[in-house]
Amino acid sequence: MLTKDSAIIRIDNPQVEIEDLNLYYGTSQALKNLNFGIPAHQVTALIGPSGCGKSTLLRCINRMNDLVDGLHLEGLIKINGENINDPSLDVIELRRKVGMVFQKWNPFPKSIYENIVYGLRIAGIQDRTVLDEAAEKCLKKAALWDEVKDRLHQSAMGLSGGQMQRLCIARAIAVSPEIILMDEPCSALDPRSTSRIEDLIRELRGEYTIIIVTHNMQQAARISDYTAYMYLGELVEYGPTQTLFTMPGKKETEDYITGRFG
Amino acid sequence: MSKKFWRQGEPFVWATGLALSLILFLTLLLFYVVTTNGLAVFWPKKVVLATLQDGRSLLGEIVQEEIIPHTDTRRLQFKIGNRDLYGLDFKWVDASEITSLTYPKDVHVLERQEYGNFYGYLSELEVKGIAPPVSGPNSLARTIAALEERKVEVHLLGKKIANLNRRVELLDHHLAKASYNNEDNTPAIAALKGEKNGLKTEFEALVSILGEKSAALATNQAIFSDANGQPKAIALVNIVRTYQPNNMSFFAKCGYYLERLRELFFDEPRESNTEGGLFPAIFGTVMLIFLMSILSFPLGVLAGIYLREYAKDGWLVKMVRIAVNNLAGIPSIVYGIFGLGFFVYGIGGSIDHFFFPERLPAPTFGTGGILWTSLTLGLLTVPVVIVATEEALGSIPPGIREGSQALAATKLQTLTKILLPMASPGILTGFILAMARAAGEVAPLMITGVVKLAPALPLDGVFPYLHLDRKFMHLGFHIYDIGFQSPNVEAAKPMVYVTTLLLILIVLAMTSTAIYLRNKMRQRHSVVDV
Repeated sequence: MLTKDSAIIRIDNPQVEIEDLNLYYGTSQALKNLNFGIPAHQVTALIGPSGCGKSTLLRCINRMNDLVDGLHLEGLIKINGENINDPSLDVIELRRKVGMVFQKWNPFPKSIYENIVYGLRIAGIQDRTVLDEAAEKCLKKAALWDEVKDRLHQSAMGLSGGQMQRLCIARAIAVSPEIILMDEPCSALDPRSTSRIEDLIRELRGEYTIIIVTHNMQQAARISDYTAYMYLGELVEYGPTQTLFTMPGKKETEDYITGRFG
Repeated sequence: MSKKFWRQGEPFVWATGLALSLILFLTLLLFYVVTTNGLAVFWPKKVVLATLQDGRSLLGEIVQEEIIPHTDTRRLQFKIGNRDLYGLDFKWVDASEITSLTYPKDVHVLERQEYGNFYGYLSELEVKGIAPPVSGPNSLARTIAALEERKVEVHLLGKKIANLNRRVELLDHHLAKASYNNEDNTPAIAALKGEKNGLKTEFEALVSILGEKSAALATNQAIFSDANGQPKAIALVNIVRTYQPNNMSFFAKCGYYLERLRELFFDEPRESNTEGGLFPAIFGTVMLIFLMSILSFPLGVLAGIYLREYAKDGWLVKMVRIAVNNLAGIPSIVYGIFGLGFFVYGIGGSIDHFFFPERLPAPTFGTGGILWTSLTLGLLTVPVVIVATEEALGSIPPGIREGSQALAATKLQTLTKILLPMASPGILTGFILAMARAAGEVAPLMITGVVKLAPALPLDGVFPYLHLDRKFMHLGFHIYDIGFQSPNVEAAKPMVYVTTLLLILIVLAMTSTAIYLRNKMRQRHSVVDV
């Protein structure tokens, strides 16, 4: 099923395909000639030293970079075979399919309930029973239900950091995306909260395709099925996590994951 | 030691504290002066009878006492009233000339429609048409009360005549328009002319009835004598209020105070604004601020949203920002002149030219009016609202925007559902500042529509109800006018304090309401847990 012709493996029937992707901020190049596929219903981790372009790549997948001035993109990103930068494609539809969780949790200053149903309301769903069911389902999936079920209508700003981040995950799940992008979701959390989020990611994997950027090698090893190592905008190595961490195909990868570099 | 002392910043803390206390002190002093003087105005003062060395005497209220500079002589200022007898309301008397000061119980103070207060003793009542003639204690007050019904009748008659007058004026406008368009001879116009003639006969009939009734009412009079026994006949209709301050209980004084407060809030001014109520000025001030808010608030918020959310950062946006900030610093009189030139003469003149040509050269909109004043004030406050909106939107963490857009919200949805609610406390703060600034402006109002005495309110029961072309009265201008432009500045002084207090209270009330609203919003939309 997997053919290993170099340090970068080819994935059959990938959900996200990145083809000859080059990205420039003004004149400086942030991503260089990326070619790889991301499998459906698996956790794929993007690792690499700071500034290697992993967050930039992640933000290309739901076109969050549209908001950035002076950014120029060449090449193709396809989701389910569709070019997401096609002018005829509605970016709103894309973001409904591709959810995102940010490094710094960003719940809205509204109630917990309103945070969860925000995406649904935006999509035009008004029916109270539908919203109530969705809120309960997503909070349960995000393992937050038991902690907040008695204060759904209180401000989300009263939660702890870890709870807020799980709320953000629940909020992303609520619009039923196929893919969830996570940009260092645990980097600002304490170890206990981190482990809860990691548990959550493992549980969600069967239902969603998860692409996670992380600085924490152990975390990548613990939760991901595939790992991509990037350096200075280039993809150095990409393969199943176990292989990459136990028998890295390249010297640079080995140096990075063993801590000799980066 | 001293080096360490300076480095630790102890003196700096003192300096900051000192600066704050100085500001607090000055603010409290202002409040103290205005409130003590303003609140005391309506409390009935005792009337003193001063006997002088030359054998003459005078009746009046003691206003102030002072030592004449460079001498040891003390002198007292009396408010002696009776302007129609003496010519002057106030008189300075050296303390050494006074032989005795007494407080006669039976002295009357009359507040009159003209010539200010009268201080004196009641000698005789000459009353017709009220049976039986009133006598005994409080006879004067009771007689005046008995005339009340007839006074009201005359007053209503006057109002009816004024309304008739306005209807005739409206018909005149129609007729003038018809004649301007050469449509003089249509049956509709003939009907209008007939209606006008009907109104005119009605008008004349009412005027003659009013004349008779007022004359009959004016024959009811009372004869008073002043401190030196000089007699003076005063028609009872001219007496607004009468009281005997030396013979009043505490509760009677409280009643009098409340009655004066009621007059202040709900009655029209008299005596070239130095007496009576402030209702038209209060109404004008509040309505001006409302109109100004309606005009400038949405405009400023929309402009601020564009600048922060939609405009691409570049030199043009920077220039606009600098211009907006500078606009907030332009002296208000400049706005006034601009308002006069652009709004009043430019836009107003064009409206007259195109819509009311038949009335020219008499202007309709091409003269100062509450619409133009509100627009001018709106222009003056809009930069504050723009800057506040921009800053409120700018202070929202970028993660919130991304979070909303990542959930498939459009920019507009993000703006209306997340950003604007979050920015609303900040925007409201700007609005409060703008409102406070607008309420305190006088200079631009004076040349774009405020007058000393407006014959009618800009909002009333005559079609089309809201008269944006009308001139209006304003508390700020009122202070300036009665305090510095009045022929009798000394007599107007209490009213200046009262008006100032009232203006401060109105601004305080409006801003407190806005602050209350803002705090409620802040609780709902705060990023920090509350």
